[in-house]
Amino acid sequence: MSHLAYLIPGWILLVGVYGIVTSRNLVHAVVCLSVAQSATYVLLLVIGYRRHATAPVFSDIKPTGDVVDPIVQALTLTDIVVGATVTALLLALTVQVAKRRGTVDPDRLRSLEP
Amino acid sequence: MADAVIVAALLLTAFMATAVVFTRDPACQAIVLSAYGLVLGILFVVLQAPDVAMSQVAVGTVVVPLIVILAIHAIRRHHTHSPGDES
Amino acid sequence: MSPRGRLIVFLLGGAGFAVLFVLGTVHLPDFGGTWHPYGERTVSNAVARHTPNVISSINFDQRAFDTLGEELILMASALAAVVVLRGVRAEQEETAGAHEYGPAEVFDALRITGYLLLPITLVAGVYIVAHGSLSPGGGFQGGIVLGSAIHLVYLAGDYPALARIRPIPVFESGEAVAAGAFVLLALAAAGQVTAMNAAVGAEVGCAVVLVLAKFFEQALLVRTSS
Repeated sequence: MSHLAYLIPGWILLVGVYGIVTSRNLVHAVVCLSVAQSATYVLLLVIGYRRHATAPVFSDIKPTGDVVDPIVQALTLTDIVVGATVTALLLALTVQVAKRRGTVDPDRLRSLEP
Repeated sequence: MADAVIVAALLLTAFMATAVVFTRDPACQAIVLSAYGLVLGILFVVLQAPDVAMSQVAVGTVVVPLIVILAIHAIRRHHTHSPGDES
Repeated sequence: MSPRGRLIVFLLGGAGFAVLFVLGTVHLPDFGGTWHPYGERTVSNAVARHTPNVISSINFDQRAFDTLGEELILMASALAAVVVLRGVRAEQEETAGAHEYGPAEVFDALRITGYLLLPITLVAGVYIVAHGSLSPGGGFQGGIVLGSAIHLVYLAGDYPALARIRPIPVFESGEAVAAGAFVLLALAAAGQVTAMNAAVGAEVGCAVVLVLAKFFEQALLVRTSS
């Protein structure tokens, strides 16, 4: 169970990078990069989990020590939103590439000049 | 019992990630990405992280697929070369 | 490099990474273990400072400088996306009231649902931002909800309606003012969780609206004049 929980993020990362390597469309590659990023979120949260513990929010329970690790959740939270804006920037670049070169096939975009 | 739920959520996440990567058509991929965002949100709730799940569902299910679909539409307007079968 | 060569290089690199990753995770503490020293300290700190949501306390109180950095990354990449998509001289933009983009043919059910959900989602977004220090939520989540709620108008209607209720200069100044306010709060008064949540919520909402506005322009309006 321990090994499965830690190996799943590794699988997601490898699958995401495989998608980027074998991609034939830049938009597909950017989405695969987003999948690879999500592997880090899963790994962080899996590291912070504690059995039989609850969420680190004390709005309806008494403050106790039996909560999952809140540090990794704080890191992941801002990471997700920032990752989305970086994906938006990459897609903006893809749109400009399509305008100037007429194609979004990475194999056709070999050289810098048209 | 809780362990079984976590294992099921992790396996479902790995399966959906593979599905997103192997969907080659970008327009279909945006929808599968939206479903993947939802599955990730479920995994985060099972791992007792409601804040992170809220952030993930809002971002990964709504905003990113919307930007992907708009980008695909913008690219199709400027596509001059004959597109391959996966464009 | 040919696609086949790329795949072979990836398989070699991926195999090496897999071996290293497995070796690295074998000696990690067991999944679900009880050894979280840093986490326990932050929980006791958050309780001492009377913030029920420990994650908001970490983000805006105990580690506010990290959030300042993340906020600036967010603003920089949203700004960069908007700048990359700016119109150049060879392009012209049809006005948002062009006749091809008039009232769209949407189903009545979609139209009614969109118009009903719009105020509910806006109020929910403000609620999530305002109660960030008390229950799960906060500036980042609430900002995304607010920023994407406005686009229900596009789903339920047409693009000119969206363009009317979304004046770009207002959102640009809003984002700048909110980012500046957050920098000031983080440097001078870190610990005011509610005020920082509000600043972050405004900034993230405006950033999402601006980036989506540029993408909408590219997808619907811009055309090269030649």
